[in-house]
Amino acid sequence: MRIELVRRPQHSVLFSALSPFIALALTLVAGAIMFSLLGKNPLEALYYYFIDPLREMWSLHELAIKAAPLILIAVGLSVCYLSNNWNIGAEGQFIAGAVVGSILPVMFPQFQSWIVLPLMLLMGMAGGAAYAAIPAFLKVRFNTNEILTSLMLVYVAQLFNDWLVRGVWRNPQGMSFPGTAPFHEYAILPEIWPAAGRANWGFVFALAAGVVVWFMLSKTLKGFEVRVQGQSPRAGRFSGFSSSRMVFFAFLLSGALAGLAGISEVSGAVGSLNEKLSIGYGFTAIIVAFLGRLNPLGIIAAGLILALTYLGGEAASISVGLSDKVVRAFQGMLLFFVLGCDTLIHYRIRLVPSAAKSAEA
Amino acid sequence: MGIIEAILLTIATAATPLLIAAVGELVVERSGVLNLGVEGMMIMGAVTGFGVALLTGSPWLGFLAAIIIGALFSLLFAVLTLSLVTNQVATGLALTLLGLGLSGMIGESFVGMPGVRLANLYIPVLSDLPVVGRLVFGQDPIFYLSIALTAGVTWFLFKTRAGLTLRSVGDNHGSAHALGINVIAIRYLAVMFGGACAGLAGGYLSIVYTPQWVENMTAGRGWIALALVVFASWRPWRVLAGAYLFGAVTIGQLHAQALGIGIPSQLLSSLPYLATIVVLVLISRNRRLTMINTPASLGRPFVPDR
Repeated sequence: MRIELVRRPQHSVLFSALSPFIALALTLVAGAIMFSLLGKNPLEALYYYFIDPLREMWSLHELAIKAAPLILIAVGLSVCYLSNNWNIGAEGQFIAGAVVGSILPVMFPQFQSWIVLPLMLLMGMAGGAAYAAIPAFLKVRFNTNEILTSLMLVYVAQLFNDWLVRGVWRNPQGMSFPGTAPFHEYAILPEIWPAAGRANWGFVFALAAGVVVWFMLSKTLKGFEVRVQGQSPRAGRFSGFSSSRMVFFAFLLSGALAGLAGISEVSGAVGSLNEKLSIGYGFTAIIVAFLGRLNPLGIIAAGLILALTYLGGEAASISVGLSDKVVRAFQGMLLFFVLGCDTLIHYRIRLVPSAAKSAEA
Repeated sequence: MGIIEAILLTIATAATPLLIAAVGELVVERSGVLNLGVEGMMIMGAVTGFGVALLTGSPWLGFLAAIIIGALFSLLFAVLTLSLVTNQVATGLALTLLGLGLSGMIGESFVGMPGVRLANLYIPVLSDLPVVGRLVFGQDPIFYLSIALTAGVTWFLFKTRAGLTLRSVGDNHGSAHALGINVIAIRYLAVMFGGACAGLAGGYLSIVYTPQWVENMTAGRGWIALALVVFASWRPWRVLAGAYLFGAVTIGQLHAQALGIGIPSQLLSSLPYLATIVVLVLISRNRRLTMINTPASLGRPFVPDR
């Protein structure tokens, strides 16, 4: 027996829609196997992973808190990946946005006015965009591989943030714990519906970004340009599109959105800048982008699903004693299945008996 | 043993894992496949090598297990990118994310456990030579293996028929296929060789370099190895030069931290990453040179027509 791929004359609309669901189903099966190998009841573990966090209102709010940065970052990444710009340093841009956005409340705490929060959000976006501009500039000017430079900058940003919150920005009243002083009230991103739970406006930003970028990608000339540049740079050149400007467009947009995610996380969910700024949102967002099939509306759904794995991981570690380390393994498996299932969109898979090999050639 | 000698010795231990992983990835890329999962394969090698060495008490079985798990783990990547023709960049990333996740899960019970150490190999008489004695003839066995690996890969790629075939697959898979070469099979083997090397490099980290298990202990070394391959223009001996350069930067900043020269340790720790960026910019600035050296089919999907 041999597996053979037969290219479909047209990409399959059916499998375009189905493949993320097949991937999810396969991940659940593989997850169940993994849980039983770890000596847990798989059904019980899956229940705590995927159902339990959805049962209470406050928990749904926590879901929105976790989903917001994932969606914001992944929406930006979709523009990058569609235009063939491999920005994998969103984690660094997230941190850069959080740090730059925190300048006002940390360094000028006496400046208290309603204008502080909008300025922080703008500075966060600018910080993320500026940090993403580095690999974009190096790619355009020196032809340097953006995958490696953007990834290296993640480590630099992490170390820089660590230095800030342990050094010059450390809260003097913080009992020697790393982290800045808590932000003043004008620097806090408000909650949407405080009576029901903690979810803040970051989730609204994420939904808005998803809809706006979806509109841009599917209804405007810019969106068409993104696709053309990604699928055939040559055709893009003939159409008069500038590939250098597309590199900057994709990186600056995704950097700004990652930066907005960073400052929203700091000013919304946390309320101060500390060393445990991110739980790997920038990397998990890569999985979100692919699970959402690089479509911003799909990404909103995918962001909620991956946010659920974070919450489910916490729930399962409390209830069935499943290590919280399982979450990342689970997320990694999901991306594998997503990529594998996407093959079904462009190819038909045929099982060919070995004997037929020569006859067919 | 003087301080300089001690520093040079540690540079070799810092450079060895980079060298092994990068030489493995070089073979993969020469066959036309871009596997960005080096970090993931390395961390799987690190956790498996540490665990097996701990359970059996034998560092050698640890290395063997690291090699096997690295090769098996890369097989996942090979099935997806070669048989199912998925995007190589995305799949490599997936391999890294999965490896980091799985290793954290597997290694949870190893945290804080003392590792099994590997004795250095002192070559009699020669290792007593002044200055160079310890440096060249008194290292750990994997150090010698890494040098032999570099020489062996150079010989294989440029002096053997099989090496020529592998390079032809990487430079033009269409023509290679037309000549009757089994492109996919060769790429499978190359990817698994790269995986085995990355696994060994990871095992070296957790058995020799810092004999313990720490989550995410590869700390971007897999990515630096990928950068080294580009820096070396896909030539093994230049990979060695690059690996030692990075070993020197890593050890140099560690010593600077220990001396307390007033620069914050976090900023010193970011030096190897910044150096990687600088080096990549310098090497890629010359577009023509990069074009000539890059395997022409690198990262391109291949579906044999039947």
